[in-house]
Amino acid sequence: MSRPKALVLRSTGTNCQDETQRALARGGADAEILHTNRVIEDPSRLDPYSILVFAGGFSFGDDLGAGRVWGAQLRHALGDRLQRHLERGGLVLGVCNGFQVLMETGIFEPDKTPATRDMALYANASGHYECRWVHLKTLNTLCPWLTPGECFPVPMAHGEGRFVVRNLAAMETLAAARQLALAYTPPSGEGEPSYPDNPNGSMGHIAGVTDPSGRALGLMPHPERNLDPWNHPEAAWLGRRSEGEGARFYARMVEVAKAEA
Amino acid sequence: MGPQTGAAAPWRIEIFRKPEFDDPEGTHALAQIRALEKQHGQALGIEAVRLGRGFLLPGELDVDQVRRIIAELLADPVVDEAHTFEPGQAPVRERQRVLVARKPGVMDPVAQTLERSLAQLGLIPKDGPSLVQTFRAWELAGSATPAQLRALGQELFANEVIEDLHVGDESLHYGLPPERPRIGRVEVALRHLDDAGLLELSTSGQLYLNLAEMHCVRDHYQAQGREPSACELETIAQTWSEHCQHKTFRGNIDFEGEHIENLLKSTIAAATHEINHPMCVSVFHDNAGIIEFDPEVQGGMDVAFKVETHNHPSAIDPYGGAGTGIGGVIRDILGVGRGALPIANTDAFFVGPQDLPQERVPKGSLHPRRILQGVVAGVRDYGNRMGIPTVSGGVWFDERYVANPLVYAGTVGLIPRRFATKEVHAGDVILVVGGRTGRDGIHGATFSSVELDEDSEMVSAAAVQIGDPITEKKVAEALIQARDLDLFRAVTDCGAGGLSSAIGEMAEGHGAVVHLERVPLKYPGLTPDEIWISEAQERMVLAVDPAKLAECVAVFEAEDVEATALGTFNATGRLVLEYHGEVVGDMDLEFLHGGTPKPLRKATWTPPKIADPGAPALENPSQTLLDMLAQPGIASKEWIVRQYDHNVQGAAVIGPMSGVHHNAPSDGTVLHPLPESKRALALGSAANARYGRLDPEAMALAVIDEAMRNVVATYGDPGRTALLDNFSWGNCDKPENLGALVLAARGCYTAAKAFGTPFISGKDSLNNEYRVGDQTLSIPPTLYVSSISIIPSVNAVVTMAAKKANNLILLVGLTRPELGGSELHELLGLWGGKVPKPDLRYAKATFEKLHSVMKFKQVASCHDLSEGGLAVALAEMCLAGDLGAEIDLSVIDHDNFPEGYDANTTLLYSESPSRFLIEVEVGKKFHLQSKMSGIAATPIGRFLPREKGIKIKDHLGQPHVSVSLDQVRDAFTASH
Repeated sequence: MSRPKALVLRSTGTNCQDETQRALARGGADAEILHTNRVIEDPSRLDPYSILVFAGGFSFGDDLGAGRVWGAQLRHALGDRLQRHLERGGLVLGVCNGFQVLMETGIFEPDKTPATRDMALYANASGHYECRWVHLKTLNTLCPWLTPGECFPVPMAHGEGRFVVRNLAAMETLAAARQLALAYTPPSGEGEPSYPDNPNGSMGHIAGVTDPSGRALGLMPHPERNLDPWNHPEAAWLGRRSEGEGARFYARMVEVAKAEA
Repeated sequence: MGPQTGAAAPWRIEIFRKPEFDDPEGTHALAQIRALEKQHGQALGIEAVRLGRGFLLPGELDVDQVRRIIAELLADPVVDEAHTFEPGQAPVRERQRVLVARKPGVMDPVAQTLERSLAQLGLIPKDGPSLVQTFRAWELAGSATPAQLRALGQELFANEVIEDLHVGDESLHYGLPPERPRIGRVEVALRHLDDAGLLELSTSGQLYLNLAEMHCVRDHYQAQGREPSACELETIAQTWSEHCQHKTFRGNIDFEGEHIENLLKSTIAAATHEINHPMCVSVFHDNAGIIEFDPEVQGGMDVAFKVETHNHPSAIDPYGGAGTGIGGVIRDILGVGRGALPIANTDAFFVGPQDLPQERVPKGSLHPRRILQGVVAGVRDYGNRMGIPTVSGGVWFDERYVANPLVYAGTVGLIPRRFATKEVHAGDVILVVGGRTGRDGIHGATFSSVELDEDSEMVSAAAVQIGDPITEKKVAEALIQARDLDLFRAVTDCGAGGLSSAIGEMAEGHGAVVHLERVPLKYPGLTPDEIWISEAQERMVLAVDPAKLAECVAVFEAEDVEATALGTFNATGRLVLEYHGEVVGDMDLEFLHGGTPKPLRKATWTPPKIADPGAPALENPSQTLLDMLAQPGIASKEWIVRQYDHNVQGAAVIGPMSGVHHNAPSDGTVLHPLPESKRALALGSAANARYGRLDPEAMALAVIDEAMRNVVATYGDPGRTALLDNFSWGNCDKPENLGALVLAARGCYTAAKAFGTPFISGKDSLNNEYRVGDQTLSIPPTLYVSSISIIPSVNAVVTMAAKKANNLILLVGLTRPELGGSELHELLGLWGGKVPKPDLRYAKATFEKLHSVMKFKQVASCHDLSEGGLAVALAEMCLAGDLGAEIDLSVIDHDNFPEGYDANTTLLYSESPSRFLIEVEVGKKFHLQSKMSGIAATPIGRFLPREKGIKIKDHLGQPHVSVSLDQVRDAFTASH
């Protein structure tokens, strides 16, 4: 069977495209990188791909707020193209700045307008950028390449990754719709995380969410920085691992795309 | 402010967090205010602080457009609320307000981003003049007086060199910087000046050339029978500045009767030349040094490494100075050969004590705490935005840096062998790419070559540069693409001296014609000489074959980078500058690059005559160990490290922090940058100015030994290691300072030769002095050495964290009574004694044998002994591994210690170089010791479960130190 086609989208200031492409290729996809300027010139360039990944970085410096400018660009240029990609059976992933950008595009809340959206990602409670390893627990999600209950280590690196919602009712709605996909957890996988296990003060310790179909996932941490066993600072204590946990995250995504092709 | 260009009053928008969401910036500011209140012993009565991000938008916009801009770009619908004021309207003040806005003409990346976005949405014309501005509005609830608020604003919110502070005043400047009449060629009357006149011109024109140099310039123009133009004089001053020419290092020196011709050539470069290491690809002559990384991959892959100093700009504006320091050294890497891809940044800071009482901060200087916080934020915001991991570095504290902090920034890059060289051809187009040119950073090169004084903040405001990392990121993306398509023949970055030095350097041996009116400007009104010497950031110059010009420009434009042809390289040997058709400069390149006079400077060195304070017996050895761990130089730097992205690009193997809880300091850091190679790269660095004050030559040896230990400890190959030197020194017109420089440079030669490790690049920053009144404060001689080493296999790297209870602890190397300049002396307030000095042959054998046993995976962990010696190293390993340990000093072989040296204190805290602690499984000890034959590798104890704590028996086998792991952790992190 042929390798699924994956596209890593970057913009001015995106900087994680290379390791994201590497992760997808290792996972079994034919992965390419494209600047969104080219997509804005010709939106049909997205059509051949079954996986779209918005890579991390600092699009436009995050000068007006994380993901703000790239998100506005995409809203105008792509219209409902991302939605149609999902309906066609495509997958979408946004990592870190890519997650912040997807939030701005409105893909997670298709029934809302930019002005009425319920979710936001904003400044870490610590007030500054932070880079460290954390653990994630997979919640009861519809995302087809995540396994509920699983716990895995992953590096995070961001200044504006605090997940918040407008009010508690919105949180309950998202939980009921199984859109809350990933949460920060203590390394044991049990109990409530406090800082720094929850590194940014996210409400409900949420680190990743999906759209209502589960086929578009956004998360703040970076699985693509944990492809090799030696990436993990505790590698010496973890016993023999043939690869980092992030490699599996991407490989499963590619498997889903392949199975559904 | 002067008269404004007639801009209509702007819309004013302030974005605050909604009250139901917390405002981390406000919270952080309040915490800082509380800290200040405590420090000053005075409550200001401030109860709450919140920050509004302010924007001024063109008054011509209609209300719907403004609403749309707010919704789409400025305010988050969930967490933010926008306060909008129509043109001419000002906020009604319910709380005390402090406004901070950039001075006119100071670079504002946020405004630039907003402006581009507005243009894209079709709300303002593209390429129009800059009419978007930003400001910060701090709102404070409470009863502070305006005078208190102003003082607070100066201390916390604004840097008045680049920003205006408004207290109780809502009028914000709006508009472009005042335009000046267009000026063409300006001549400077110089041929008939006497010595006094020449010196006066040098100072008032901020040329900072000395009398001999001014004579040289005068003679040159007398011979030409004409006066120099302003552009020419500026070009000469930039090119001949200490910053660009290294006049001291390359000049003639009389060292106590001995004649030294070109110190650099006869010491550091001589070592490299004589070692003639096959891994060296390009050394000293380009923007960075290049060594071989893996010849088997992609037709041969090399690495480039450069470390820069950015001291004076960081003293005045720590945030901007450190950011542009990083930005500049990244461009050095982009501009080495035909361009290397940056893969790692390093940084090192030398600052005053963080708890220094305000009254000891010299007039005109910022408090050391503010400097450190500023430089950390500057490196963070620039490095993180570039997507380059900041992996290694350090912080050193000494009151001697209080007025003149040192900031070092380094970058490592990957470069395929075929791009390691560059060549300009006559006929090539001069293409400038990147950011636009403004009045920022005028006279940076000359400014950084003179001493600072209490007025530096004011007169050198123009020397401050503000970086825009996103522009640099775009340049980097496009440059590497253009390189891979072979679209240019040579490249260099615009650093100090701007276009004048970049084009002047590339034209050397050729010639060039430059049309200055073609340079894209941020705003109108720059004179041709301002255009020529501006140090506006994020610009690079390429030499492009005219046949490839269109394709090359297209690559840059596809990344939204401006690329503009300024002229042509030719073979005339002259550098000709034109401005709207008028020749504003016409210089002989040979005179420009070869005309610097070489003065003879005197150098002497008198070793300080101080009684040896020895190593006193400790009253409470357990407490001393904890106190040592809390010393600023040793204590955890995690609060800094965590703000840097250290694993972007996915190549991290050993990061800056190691251990089960990622809370202990790594020796070297390790990257695995090429997935198809099994090789990895180790980076290390070292400095010790306390050693330097006592014995500059021993400092050089010890610092190089430590930089070697850093990488060897991680499994770096000592036979494939290269070094970089960075000297920051006081005024070298003073013979004692120059003498110390000579000795340190000689030490560099000796150590490099002994280890077979070439220097591949370096940079010096002399004249690090600060004048206040008639007093001069000088920094101590500070040599910062960086090391880069090839790790043969990424699978075999070794970290410093203790791995398993019951494993043996071996002390490798010999301990001598060397505590001169040690951390223990610093703690105890002692000064003097013998500076640690490596036995170079023994050291080299130690590194090689340790490397060979690592190859067979005999070493479970390895930590080098540096500041704080054996005791601190052991505690750090235990902290990292979350294990206890028991060691016995009585088993350590050593020569008799002299009178005044307590055996326990000496064994625990001597800083003798070339030593390591290694962890070995019990069954592997014999094999390891036999492999290490000839090198002391003494089992001194073993690691234990955590709850046993750290126990040290004294030289008689009696209990000496007993501390728990919690005590160790708390001491190490107390300053957090």
